[in-house]
Amino acid sequence: MVFLFNLALSLELLATGGFIVFIIKQQKWVFQYSYNILIMGFICHSISIGCQYYELGTMPILELKSGLSFFSWSIVAVYILLQIKFKLRVLGSFVAPFVTTLMISAFFFPWRTQESINPIFNSLWLIFHVIIIFIGDAFFAIAFLTSIMYLIQEHHIKKKILGLFYTRLPSLATLDAINTFSLNCGFPLLSIGIFIGSIYSQYAFGKYWQWDPKEVWALISWLFYAALIHQRITVGWQGRRAAIMSIICFCILMFSFIVVGILFGGYHSFKSLGA
Amino acid sequence: MTTILNIGMNHETAPVEIRECLAAEPNNNKKALVFMRETDCIKESIFLSTCNRVEILCTTDDPSMAKKAILELMSKLGRLPIKDFISNLYTYNDMEAVHHFFSVASSLDSMIIGEPQILGQIKKAYAEATINKSSGVILNRLMHRTFHVAKKVRTETEICESAVSISYAAVELAKKIFYTLEGKKVLFIGTGEMAELAARHLMKQGISSIRIANRTFNNALKLAALFDGNAILFEEIDSQLSEVDIVLTSTASPQYIITYEQVKKNIRKRRNSPLFFIDIAVPRNVQPEVNNLENIYVYDIDDLKGIIRTNMAQRQQEAVKADRIVSQEVDKFEKWLKTLKVVPTIISLRRKADIIMQAEFQKSYSALKELSPAQMETINILTKSIVEKLLNDPILYLKDKADRKILGNYLDMTRNLFNLDKDEDEI
Repeated sequence: MVFLFNLALSLELLATGGFIVFIIKQQKWVFQYSYNILIMGFICHSISIGCQYYELGTMPILELKSGLSFFSWSIVAVYILLQIKFKLRVLGSFVAPFVTTLMISAFFFPWRTQESINPIFNSLWLIFHVIIIFIGDAFFAIAFLTSIMYLIQEHHIKKKILGLFYTRLPSLATLDAINTFSLNCGFPLLSIGIFIGSIYSQYAFGKYWQWDPKEVWALISWLFYAALIHQRITVGWQGRRAAIMSIICFCILMFSFIVVGILFGGYHSFKSLGA
Repeated sequence: MTTILNIGMNHETAPVEIRECLAAEPNNNKKALVFMRETDCIKESIFLSTCNRVEILCTTDDPSMAKKAILELMSKLGRLPIKDFISNLYTYNDMEAVHHFFSVASSLDSMIIGEPQILGQIKKAYAEATINKSSGVILNRLMHRTFHVAKKVRTETEICESAVSISYAAVELAKKIFYTLEGKKVLFIGTGEMAELAARHLMKQGISSIRIANRTFNNALKLAALFDGNAILFEEIDSQLSEVDIVLTSTASPQYIITYEQVKKNIRKRRNSPLFFIDIAVPRNVQPEVNNLENIYVYDIDDLKGIIRTNMAQRQQEAVKADRIVSQEVDKFEKWLKTLKVVPTIISLRRKADIIMQAEFQKSYSALKELSPAQMETINILTKSIVEKLLNDPILYLKDKADRKILGNYLDMTRNLFNLDKDEDEI
């Protein structure tokens, strides 16, 4: 399991290197190799997570290490889906470094030693709650990355600097389309995930909603994303403004995932999950 | 000793009046090829004539005679006295000619470096030469190498990558904004020549509708008829701004036609969708501040020219790389050409071996006739492979020495060693 995790990390590092070479050199075969390596890394990672699940008997997201690792796994999964749908090679050059950074941060946290887990984690509801929310978050991560790409490209076109990035990045319309698609997938998933969580909470704790810090922050991020999607539909927000908003939303989401998970306590915090 | 001779003129050496004289009649190419085929001193020939150049490529044993014949031919085709155009011609021999032709095909010698048409034109010229049976071993090989070099230059350098004309640059930019121009609506303000050129270019990209506004409504109608578009009044421009995706302005108006306020109030109606202004007018028709509005992009003629300048500079840089590829390929071709000289010796060597084999078979025939056909076949194969293996090294040795200056010595030695010349005299 540890070996598989490390192998996945090394493969992703290698793929990231390849994707960076690709964005500079623009050669198709470099992309193809990097993409294949990333998929191999993804397979190793999946097996490693599967082993952890088998050992724990529940989703391995009880501490920050496995949380980060599972998040990076979800992003690669969503990336592969989007790559099949949009066939946008340069996207990998942004996604791979991002997921590898997550993996490296996960690498520096210690492996969980304690064996016993709280029996309430042994539930199918919980598994769905976790997987759906993480996949939703992964879509938001892709929306975040394409928003960054959008802002870079938009800046270059607006300021008429038609250099390296201008030629390598795709058209604004393409980036906006991926951004919209990711939001439209991510938002329902996040909503369903929160909903399932509250049902499970009723079943496990007798309360739908406990105003736990994580719940509050999840609600805040949900509201921000709802606002963004509302503006997109009603006023036709698109392009630059939507990209900036998407970045802000993702920062709030990350805050609720990492900072709230570590510092704010509550039953969602990594501290109480591991206990 | 066969020489490859290249005589020609291009956009740099000859004015258009002379170039067009030579391309005047459509069947000039055929006439030229037939003439050269029937001229004794010219062995193989290819005739290329485009609006930017005329090139004659031929092989000959007597370059000065061949040149005279070609000058006559050109004078006949163009109905010009030789003295009128002789100063516009360039003449290259052998590897210089090969180098020049490779460069032409790779579009390194074109008016716009990297333009893609020339290769197609050369392919056509070669096809004509094969139909008229004017090309042979050397030029066939040369042409195939030419296509190979041109392809290599195109794939290994970025010489054809970037836009070098205003409308092409504008289309490229539009594609970076909209991804595709299919289904986009375009508004033209002004009906000049540039507008027409750009319209032609945009139509090819599959835009869905064209609207044309002009102060003189009649001109708008004319252009609209040409592109199946709608002519609109100047006063309607404002309402169009909420619908179209691309606006191309090219009027001679001294004031701005599109102002910041005008575009700004349309943004909400457009639901923030991107709008691209291409302003090729001088003085400008679109207020520059419009570019500061969200999702609105304005490129004026200077911006577009700037793009073209950078792209041209980039092409020049790539041309250096391409030239290196051309030189390498010229070397390879030279090597091949030299192996041609050893071919007669290799043929006589093989022939001699063959004769010996046949003769020896005849001698032993009586002893061998008892054998079954399968056994005979085996002996046949056996002797042949012995001969092949024996000859293999001397042949490789000769081919290897093909580009040495003292190749003649090696050939002499081989001919003496195997007694080739005497044998051939006897036969």
